[in-house]
Amino acid sequence: MAELRTEEMVLNMGPQHPSTHGVLRIELVVDGEVVVDAVPHIGYLHRCFEKHAEAMNYQQVVPYCDRMDYLSSMSNDFGYVLAVEKLLNIRVPERVEYIRVIMTELQRIASHLVAIGTYGMDIGAFTPFLYCFRDREMILDLFETTCGARLLYNYMWPGGLSHDIPPGFVEKTKAFIKHFRPTIKELNDLLSYNEIFVRRTANVGVLPAEVAINYAASGPTLRGSGVKWDLRKDDPYSVYHKFDWDIAVGTGEMGTLGDCWDRYMVKVWEMEQSLRIIEQAIDSIPEGDVQAAIPKRVRPAAGEVYVRSETARGELGYYIISDGSQNPFRVKARAPSFVNLSLLPEISRGYLIADMIAIIGSVDIVLGDVDR
Amino acid sequence: MNANEIHEKIKAQFPEGIIEFKSEGVVEPFIVVRPDLIREISKFISEDPDLKFDYLMSLSGVDFNDGNVGVVYHLYSMQRRHRIVLKVKVAKDKPDVPSVESVWKSANWHEREAFDLFGLVFLDHPDLRRILLPDDWDGYPLRKDYKVQEYYHGMKVPY
Repeated sequence: MAELRTEEMVLNMGPQHPSTHGVLRIELVVDGEVVVDAVPHIGYLHRCFEKHAEAMNYQQVVPYCDRMDYLSSMSNDFGYVLAVEKLLNIRVPERVEYIRVIMTELQRIASHLVAIGTYGMDIGAFTPFLYCFRDREMILDLFETTCGARLLYNYMWPGGLSHDIPPGFVEKTKAFIKHFRPTIKELNDLLSYNEIFVRRTANVGVLPAEVAINYAASGPTLRGSGVKWDLRKDDPYSVYHKFDWDIAVGTGEMGTLGDCWDRYMVKVWEMEQSLRIIEQAIDSIPEGDVQAAIPKRVRPAAGEVYVRSETARGELGYYIISDGSQNPFRVKARAPSFVNLSLLPEISRGYLIADMIAIIGSVDIVLGDVDR
Repeated sequence: MNANEIHEKIKAQFPEGIIEFKSEGVVEPFIVVRPDLIREISKFISEDPDLKFDYLMSLSGVDFNDGNVGVVYHLYSMQRRHRIVLKVKVAKDKPDVPSVESVWKSANWHEREAFDLFGLVFLDHPDLRRILLPDDWDGYPLRKDYKVQEYYHGMKVPY
């Protein structure tokens, strides 16, 4: 084959490309159809969240967290308020913890539904996308009845919540679970085990476990490589330890362990686990006032903290330094999409250009989270 | 291992390398190390069988607002299940820190981000370019003394 080698060409993919899930530009070096190197260029959505955060007080930062990973705003807020509460050393009422967990798990399902739906669309399956968005709509309705917003909630505040759950929320959530469980099976029949889909994703973009760890991958990207690692179990926070559920990991059943199909399938399995958590939590929400522990003034003592939590995309860490004033001295958000995207060149080399679409989608990035 | 044991272990290997160790009165214990030794220390703690820090959770630039900038490394060991925070401090007018990219690949983009926003120069980094801001941007926005440029390609910047 050596004599067939052609001259290398640089091909620009994005920033306006439907499969890059936002404004991401990838500089591909190709040898014919084969990808020799892929260099991601990011920053198109950079708003310097960290600079904004230094200019306002702790409570005002929350809406900015919403806007980082705009598909899982609840989880972003959750991580931030956990960090601030640890800095303030306050405990929130059990009711708040339960509602936070329920909201975050609903958000995880909603976020995975977008990831799965758009991934199918990248590969060429349009119908599952509509099914996914139909079901996601039900979750957004639940959020809307609770706090009035459908995408950017500003729902979790340091010390509590902006609103208690409204009457009928528990019943509606149960109705959603009853509706949604069978649709996961439907989705599997339609997409996950679909012959065309499997052939496009299995054995493509293989990420070995030790490479994933060296790149500090997290979330479904790490678990797709068979690493049983979930912060909700391995570095537990809030009330996750009270619920009975399993970590979904890739198995390599369709091809090689750590391929695109595994990373995709972990998200499907995770939705089932999230349903299990919600089911257990929704029946045992304790009574209480969700705003009882909200401090009048948030002014932590000088110090610093790094708190990480598991969002739909992986480890979201907030490193907050306080100098004792009402504004944070420094807020660093360790965004899961940012770190996961950095390993893209590693899993792209040697595959075809058409596989790039499958590989980018399987890492499941949100550009708002990458660029912050 | 707890932070004290981790500190002892590093100190035994690098008696001159540790500037400060704080475990009392802080939420998270941290070790301040000499900037020129950070790569050797990183290599040691990632390979030592008792420490095995294989997971760089986060790498953050910080402007301490006292003429120094620095880097904070949040490390975790997947195998040993313990964590530690390392810090280095360098003068703002000579912000050179050896890169730890050869130890943890995840440092690559984090270091580029710290270079981009704090002007920290990571020695021997394979690809030290701005990552979030445009290549021809002036200054380092997260430094405390940052003054935003008046115009960027004819567009007024401060709003």
